[in-house]
Amino acid sequence: MNGKDEKFITIYIMGKKHMVPANLTIMKAMEYAGHQFRRGAGCRGGFCGACSTIYRTKGSYKLQVALACQKIVEDGMIVTQIPFSPADKKRYDIDRLKPEANTFLEYYPEISRCLACNTCTKACPQDIMVMDYVQAALRGDVKEAARLSFDCIGCGLCAVRCPAEIVPYNIGQLARRLYSKHVVGPASHVLNRVKEVNEGKFDEEINKLKNMPKEELQNLYNSRDIKV
Amino acid sequence: MAFKDARRTINYGFQNESFKFKVSELSGEDINLCFQCGGCSSGCPLAEEMDFLPSKIVRMIQLGREEALDSETIWVCSTCFNCEVRCPRGIDVANIMEALRQLKLRKKYSHVSLDSLEKSKIRTLPQIAIISNQRKLSA
Amino acid sequence: MRLAYYPGCTLKTNAKSFEISAIASAKVLGVELVELTRWNCCGTVHALAKDDVMHYIAPIRNLIRVEEMRDEGIVDENILVTLCEMCFNTLKRANTEVLKDGEKMRKVRENMEERDPAYRGEVEIKHFLEVVKDIGWNNISNLVIKKLKGLRIIPYYGCLLLRPRGLGIDDPDNPTILESLIKSLGGESVEIPFKSKCCGSYHTVHMEQVASELSHRILSQAAEAEADLIMLTCPLCSYNLGDRQEEIKKSFKGLRTIPVVYFTQLMALAFNLPAESTGFSENKPDPTVILKNKDLL
Repeated sequence: MNGKDEKFITIYIMGKKHMVPANLTIMKAMEYAGHQFRRGAGCRGGFCGACSTIYRTKGSYKLQVALACQKIVEDGMIVTQIPFSPADKKRYDIDRLKPEANTFLEYYPEISRCLACNTCTKACPQDIMVMDYVQAALRGDVKEAARLSFDCIGCGLCAVRCPAEIVPYNIGQLARRLYSKHVVGPASHVLNRVKEVNEGKFDEEINKLKNMPKEELQNLYNSRDIKV
Repeated sequence: MAFKDARRTINYGFQNESFKFKVSELSGEDINLCFQCGGCSSGCPLAEEMDFLPSKIVRMIQLGREEALDSETIWVCSTCFNCEVRCPRGIDVANIMEALRQLKLRKKYSHVSLDSLEKSKIRTLPQIAIISNQRKLSA
Repeated sequence: MRLAYYPGCTLKTNAKSFEISAIASAKVLGVELVELTRWNCCGTVHALAKDDVMHYIAPIRNLIRVEEMRDEGIVDENILVTLCEMCFNTLKRANTEVLKDGEKMRKVRENMEERDPAYRGEVEIKHFLEVVKDIGWNNISNLVIKKLKGLRIIPYYGCLLLRPRGLGIDDPDNPTILESLIKSLGGESVEIPFKSKCCGSYHTVHMEQVASELSHRILSQAAEAEADLIMLTCPLCSYNLGDRQEEIKKSFKGLRTIPVVYFTQLMALAFNLPAESTGFSENKPDPTVILKNKDLL
């Protein structure tokens, strides 16, 4: 960072005013301001959902959401983290469940209380159509519920905002499990490959890699063909 | 079906104007119009399960008596609107029942909790039953 | 004519036969029921408290979809057709209320996702029975291939098709629409006093016995009237009177079994549509025995 060009802005972390560099993420800004993360930080790459954050900006009524590791601070931002949402995750044996509406109702009957108010969708930092997947689950459309919820990282913001006290991400997870277990089933190409591995088709290559000197292995890795 | 305590008498004597006003406001019904003909009660398919007949509930509200809120009647009503089509004064009694339920539900009261329902029962119920039940009977 | 169609949750599970038979029968009438591209539960029961605008959001959201589909030319009219009578009532009530009260419309609008277009208030909610009626009973008669001759049918209205006043599709004291349909299909309409009394509705969740008693009154009247079938329009009535009939018989010994069918199933039967369009295999109790006895299957 070039100290001379650095621009500072004001943000409010849990009500306390801080001057922070304008180009930081919320997470880095909080660390800059002296906060140490014991919870509420994980992968720092936008995948794990540990750093759920809610904020408002000066002059706006809107309650906004973000992942602290992804969102760049804005001047006048008033932030707090919600690193955890209390939720009762049900235990079930996925093999025994049927991919239908009453399975959702049996484990999470509160989906029947969904108002379709769409607050959950507004609260999703991943821009998932949360309300639509809860609704799909309610009518037994497992495929649609799995498809729509696919990008969920379980940050929990939908669950703390829901007026019907639903925990949407648990619904999405159950939908994806039901869909992959009972609708899609095991992928044949994976089964074939596992069989080939077990039959020793790749033993020779694996052993070659295992016995390779470290430097040679590094060279091989660095000069690998990357298919995009 | 045995009549529960449908012959229970109500306490007379005017009590609470603000309760009466609140019910009127929430239900949108003019409670004063009722002249106690009892038409709503005679047409109510669930009257036998009620502790106070619907017309008595209306009378209690006219008198500003908040005991109406503690009545079983408001939870037994299934919002079938038989009372609404029968009332010669044009009152929608179902709206009044809803207002009374709402006054209870808005104070963190749930009449039916999903936690208390058996899983085996939920497995057999259509969504339409659970959703409507929760809409009417839980906070 | 292509019309937007709102199924509601239960039409996709317990009441599949209702949906299947309605779509197939509609086709015979020259109506294509086009399912809303995106829809959410209407709430099943409408909000009655005057300040309860939150519960209007769900139904109005569905109506916006109808206007979108109309704009995109996917459907021909700003009409939304429903089959379930609870959905019908909830959607129609919400529509009526927001059109009557601009303040409610404004609140609903402001609490919706900004990305949603505003509801213009152009949609009319119709129960499928109204669509059928508009086609004309004589025209329906002319489409009948297999007359439901000798079939004694109870027209059971339930609550929300007729009430409250102003929302119902027929005279709440003296309804005739189901009777007219039965007549035009060649069946015999059988009257019972409780044809529009409550079946127990959602009390079936937590007060099973009360629901059983209410349903039993209707079933026993149907048995007494020597009816073959009960015909209805609501998946919850169907559950209470049909799916739970075996259970009810345990409390009320001697009650005769009476199959319960959706009106659209009898339409599909009369139009001589194949078994996959009538969907009788899904009904409880099984209606096929009586239909075979009458040479209709």
